[in-house]
Amino acid sequence: MIEFQMPSLGADMEAGTLVEWRKKPGETVKRGDIIAEVETQKGLIEIEVFDEGVIGELLIKEGTKVPVGTVMALINPTETTLETRKEIIPEKPAIKIQPTEEKIIEKATAEKFEERHLKVSPLAKRIASENNIDLSQIQGTGEDGAITKDDVDKAISQKGKIEKTEEKSIPKNEAIRSAIAAAMSKSNTEIPHYYLEKRIDITKVLAWLREANSKRPIQKRLLPAALLIKAVAKSLIDFPELNAIWDNGLQIKKEINIGFVVSLRGGGVIIPAIHNASEKNIDEIMEALNDMIPRARTMKLRSSDLSDSTITITSLGEGGADTVFGVIYPPQVAIIGFGGSSQQPFVENGMLGIRTVFNVTLAGDHRATDGLIGSDFLDTLNKHLQNPEAL
Amino acid sequence: MKEDEIKKLVFQLLKQIAPDTEPSTLQPDENIRETLDIDSFDSLQFLVSLDEKLGIEIPEQDYGKITTLKTLVNYILDKMK
Repeated sequence: MIEFQMPSLGADMEAGTLVEWRKKPGETVKRGDIIAEVETQKGLIEIEVFDEGVIGELLIKEGTKVPVGTVMALINPTETTLETRKEIIPEKPAIKIQPTEEKIIEKATAEKFEERHLKVSPLAKRIASENNIDLSQIQGTGEDGAITKDDVDKAISQKGKIEKTEEKSIPKNEAIRSAIAAAMSKSNTEIPHYYLEKRIDITKVLAWLREANSKRPIQKRLLPAALLIKAVAKSLIDFPELNAIWDNGLQIKKEINIGFVVSLRGGGVIIPAIHNASEKNIDEIMEALNDMIPRARTMKLRSSDLSDSTITITSLGEGGADTVFGVIYPPQVAIIGFGGSSQQPFVENGMLGIRTVFNVTLAGDHRATDGLIGSDFLDTLNKHLQNPEAL
Repeated sequence: MKEDEIKKLVFQLLKQIAPDTEPSTLQPDENIRETLDIDSFDSLQFLVSLDEKLGIEIPEQDYGKITTLKTLVNYILDKMK
């Protein structure tokens, strides 16, 4: 019997409220299936299962708030599950990439259909059936009154509101604020940070992007963030001690799962993870961002999006402040900060020129590593950013 | 498509990206991204949705030409000629 527990979605999560079971006893589940929806400080999160089997018993009633680690359901493993469990683990990235690609393709085609032929887009239809939404009750806002994904999403959120009225006592942003407060206070209390900064020329990165984007349809265009994430992931291969967590000592992580800070409108941040970033190419990282950022901003994340980050990147984008010194997200041991880029005088090989540069910082946990490691890491990152074509 | 219809669509798409703002109060010469606090990711999403609705693809080198409501609407009108 496998015990399905309330997962931890970050060091700041202590408990979650079960809003809905999405599986019933007797139903078969496979890895990646959504078993439940749980209300957390980071919004309503879809919880995935990591085992295969048949749901035995659901131990927790909908509407109950339970601490992280509480056994919520029992799953009877299928015969092969126990034998193959160990082998399944390395397959994780392959399984995760698929839904992302599927989703993007579907979105593009679905919206075309909805505009030209159908009254209900296939995507909207699918989401509606998954959420037991009666399409006949929805007023479409698409062209010719077609029902779009947004219309269905609206109907789902209204249904959710009716179903759990008394739970809405704490506004979303306030809940996020207190989650950030808890995690950051823990970090500043427990983690002795050291800080390093390096000014890096990104003229070549931007030129490479311009060239690449000029040949791409707008849907496939890349943002600098995708390249920066790839460069960090590649650099981390040589610095495993920065891709780690601190839990009674340094625990180096094999997978490089990069948490990417997404700021929310109205305040607060949420940090979804790009799993196995070192194994993904730049397009796959961009697809992951395209999939995750809108869901993070609308608070529609899945448990795997918020699990197992091994390091965090925070990026200010264009304009704004020149430098950001991050606060490490425990139990991680490092955070990398990209400041706003600007044109500046820059000397290279004795020649003065105007280049687009930005300040890159690393905040490291001094229990885990020393400044020299961090310094070498920033140097390696710089080298990768000077060779964008090789990323 | 007339100027008013384009404006209406632009407001509608901006509202989807920045639901906490009121895009219709944008002044013609105000910088859209700065005023509505739109980052590079959401800005790209906005251009993708413009392309999907109007079928006009805006190359990256033209991003600088469409920073305000006035220049954006004129750009779209020009492209649709």
